[in-house]
Amino acid sequence: MEQSRLEKNFEEVEPGLTDREAMEEANRCLYCYDAPCIRACPTGIDIPAFIKKIASGNVKGSAKSIMLSNPVGASCARVCPTEELCEGACVLNHSTKPIMIGKLQRYATDWAIRNKEVLFQAGRKNGKTVAVVGGGPAGLSSARELARLGYEVTIFEAENEAGGLNTYGIVSFRLPQNISLWEVNQIKSLGVQIRTNTRVGKDIEVNELLECYDAVVLAVGMGKVPKLGIPGEDLDGVYDAIELIKETKTKPLTDRLVGKRVVVIGAGNTAIDAATCSVRLGAENVKILYRRTKEEMTAYEFEYEFAKQDGVEFRWLTAPKRIIGDSKGKVTHVECVRMELGETDADGRRRPLPVEGSELIMPVDVVIKAIGQERHIELIEAFGLEHDHGVVKVNPETYQTSNPKVFACGDVIFERGKGEAMVVVAAQQGKEAAYGIHQYLTKAVSETA
Amino acid sequence: MADLSINLAGIKSPNPFWLASAPPTNSGYQVQRAFEAGWGGAVWKTLGEPILNVSSRFAAISFNGQRVMGFNNIELITDRPLEENLKEIYETKKRFPDRAVVASLMVEPKREKWHEIVKRVEDVGVDGLELNFGCPHGMAERGMGSASGQVPELVERQTYWVKEVARTPVIVKLTPNITDITATAEAAAQGGADAISLINTINSLMGVDLDTWNTIPHVAGKGAHGGYCGPAVKPIALNMVAECARHPRIRIPISGIGGISNWRDAVEFMLMGATGVQVCTAVMHHGFRIIEDMIEGLNHYLDEKGIASVMDIVGKSVSKYSDWGDLDLNYKVVARIHRERCIQCNKCYISCEDASHQCIERCIDENRKEYLKVREEDCVGCNLCSIVCPVDGAIEMIEVPSEHPPMTWNERQAALGRLSGCSVDIKSL
Ligand SMILES: Cc1cc2nc3c(=O)[nH]c(=O)nc-3n(C[C@H](O)[C@H](O)[C@H](O)COP(=O)(O)OP(=O)(O)OC[C@H]3O[C@@H](n4cnc5c(N)ncnc54)[C@H](O)[C@@H]3O)c2cc1C
Ligand SMILES: Cc1cc2nc3c(=O)[nH]c(=O)nc-3n(C[C@H](O)[C@H](O)[C@H](O)COP(=O)(O)O)c2cc1C
Ligand code: SF4
Repeated sequence: MEQSRLEKNFEEVEPGLTDREAMEEANRCLYCYDAPCIRACPTGIDIPAFIKKIASGNVKGSAKSIMLSNPVGASCARVCPTEELCEGACVLNHSTKPIMIGKLQRYATDWAIRNKEVLFQAGRKNGKTVAVVGGGPAGLSSARELARLGYEVTIFEAENEAGGLNTYGIVSFRLPQNISLWEVNQIKSLGVQIRTNTRVGKDIEVNELLECYDAVVLAVGMGKVPKLGIPGEDLDGVYDAIELIKETKTKPLTDRLVGKRVVVIGAGNTAIDAATCSVRLGAENVKILYRRTKEEMTAYEFEYEFAKQDGVEFRWLTAPKRIIGDSKGKVTHVECVRMELGETDADGRRRPLPVEGSELIMPVDVVIKAIGQERHIELIEAFGLEHDHGVVKVNPETYQTSNPKVFACGDVIFERGKGEAMVVVAAQQGKEAAYGIHQYLTKAVSETA
Repeated sequence: MADLSINLAGIKSPNPFWLASAPPTNSGYQVQRAFEAGWGGAVWKTLGEPILNVSSRFAAISFNGQRVMGFNNIELITDRPLEENLKEIYETKKRFPDRAVVASLMVEPKREKWHEIVKRVEDVGVDGLELNFGCPHGMAERGMGSASGQVPELVERQTYWVKEVARTPVIVKLTPNITDITATAEAAAQGGADAISLINTINSLMGVDLDTWNTIPHVAGKGAHGGYCGPAVKPIALNMVAECARHPRIRIPISGIGGISNWRDAVEFMLMGATGVQVCTAVMHHGFRIIEDMIEGLNHYLDEKGIASVMDIVGKSVSKYSDWGDLDLNYKVVARIHRERCIQCNKCYISCEDASHQCIERCIDENRKEYLKVREEDCVGCNLCSIVCPVDGAIEMIEVPSEHPPMTWNERQAALGRLSGCSVDIKSL
């Protein structure tokens, strides 16, 4: 497959609305009062207002309304499971069909991107400083709100660019990188400093942050995909899903997967993204193996549909037991076992159990692990924070951790068994952590005053 | 951020958006909610002798599924006691000293009645007065509202009576239910009005129920004409504002009203000579919250154009509005169909064929594909095809150079007149 074909495969799949489509759709919006869609959006975007502004031709104002509530609103317009959120709550579900809120949100933010609009300004400096560890949706969102409140904010980001999974982890054909980088630039334009290629705990000490800043936001998300814990994991041809996707977003696309048989282990959004990514990299056959059934799968419905359309096959109640390689250390097969569902677990899902003697061997060239993400336990402990298996404990209102100076938000506080993590939730938590810090630091002032 | 504040005949407000005298300004509670939302001013629901209202008062027209394209009412002026209104006006002004609070008034056409009410409302601290000579129903049957407003002498005389005692600026609100609105506008100016506002509602009957044969709306099976407003009346209102703005003997500021629903409409009215605008139906449809987009949209518009103050756009299009006789007869545009955008609905073809000048041709290209083409030499540039075309940018009206220099009808007639000095029969030319 030639390079240009590959590149085409990674172009954004969903087209944006045309001006006329946007106008017709915007005028279809009822402009409800105290609208249920607003309540269904985790960041509380004033949806009827931003849609009304599209209809009146105030598209800049529309983008502002969106981005004010959601500092990563351009990304969210593309990756939110809207049918479960805003669109699911649209009152028109009862009569005709819901307003395409996500697409209108994209229309307005695309306009702002095209017109190079700078939408917000920093507040008057209040002399206080905050360090934000991790420049993903949660970190960016907290930085934006803190800057608007007058704080001097520095983001420490391990990667070459900020944006977190929006920049590196969500496949380009759903979320092109330039969208995420525009959001990063919006935040920079408020005077927020972003120190990239700086891993806290390695390039800069935790204590230094705790000493030099008035408060710290911990927004490091989660880590790489954990080990499967089966033999053969180190063979050539076994990939970490997130690493694979990151490669497609940072390096020229390779023909490594062209004509290959791929299995993806897991059934969350990461697995789906890795599977569709493999299809688009030219794999001949892509299967998703999941040890439970479709009902327990955490991937969003729209993701599942998308994968099926891409020709991804699903093998339910199937778990890998061992990865088999040839003499050169290259993957050739996976041995799987059939599963059945047993008793209900603590997390409310039925526990999958292997069916004795049901082993089968599948010939494959590539195995992609997508069974979740590791936790940054070492860093969390370096901060001395209370946590539960790497999930940082916070006060649910203020996002304050066990160290009063440290606030945590985003995937780093995402509890296992709570379905799928979402960008929009990370963004909201970032905002709330910022307000938590503001409350904490202004209270400190009024107490000493 | 541009300066949105206006000064209309001495009445100042932080932005040009006022609520028109109507249900949204019926009480202090409502006007204060509006001011909290950001409205720059409010003309209080018309005060006068308390009246009785009927039940079932409104009706609206939906157009192709869009609600409230036009709105109609048979409501009268305020039905609340004057004392109560005055108390709430006082409280509202006290809470929002920077907003414009204008009292709309309507009394019998008697000098002492006007004197009395003017004094009472000015005592509670209003910023200005608006004389309601516009209400087309009910009050008119009692010789008030548009019954006064349709007779220039009555407008002039009553305005004069008000000006005898008024200490605040006086706005005269005009009825559109008259052949030439500049006649009453001029009468208001003659009477000493500081400003005019227009339009009030237009006589209308919203519909007839096909099953009951009742009017819409009806009151116990009977109907009476109401007043029409909302988006549908905007072009009528805009023309009336423009006619007043360009009239040489009407040299007082204008408050534009009629179908204004968003910031764009407001800009159009201001360009056509309104110093500020008033809104009723759009608020009745959506609530006070629409003000946020109105202010923000106007702000962005002015910023984009590099205009520092909204007052700088007032009247900027007035000189472009003229009489038919001043239009260039030699200016020519023709339609051009962009094939790549055309979706082949053939709407333009049939409009031109059946209702214009039969100059669109249905052609077939070398690949046996159908396409439409304008015979430009026969096109009169009427715009009809581009109006019916459902695709943005598929039909473009293009200016074509004329072989003759510009010449208006009036110039042509004058030229002919000069020739007639040499006693030529003009008619036969
Ligand atoms: C493949 C995939 C697909 C997804 N699809 C969707 C989707 O469709 N819709 C949706 O809503 N959500 C989706 N998600 C989830 C979503 O991406 C996350 O919930 C969201 O990005 C969490 O934001 P965050 O800021 O908490 O963490 P992250 O986005 O992970 O950002 C954390 C940042 O911290 C940095 N960092 C880590 N450690 C350090 C350190 N020690 N020092 C400095 N910086 C550090 C990282 O480099 C990163 O930039 C998907 C996730 C994945 C993996
Ligand atoms: C229900 C209703 C009641 C009205 N009552 C008054 C009134 O008491 N006094 C008045 O001057 N105009 C009254 N009007 C007219 C409005 O002030 C305004 O001139 C008209 O509605 C046009 O503006 P719009 O298209 O924004 O609605 C009323 C309009 C409506 C719809
Ligand atoms: S951020 Fe997501 S949930 Fe909120 S309105 Fe936008 S698309 Fe819907």
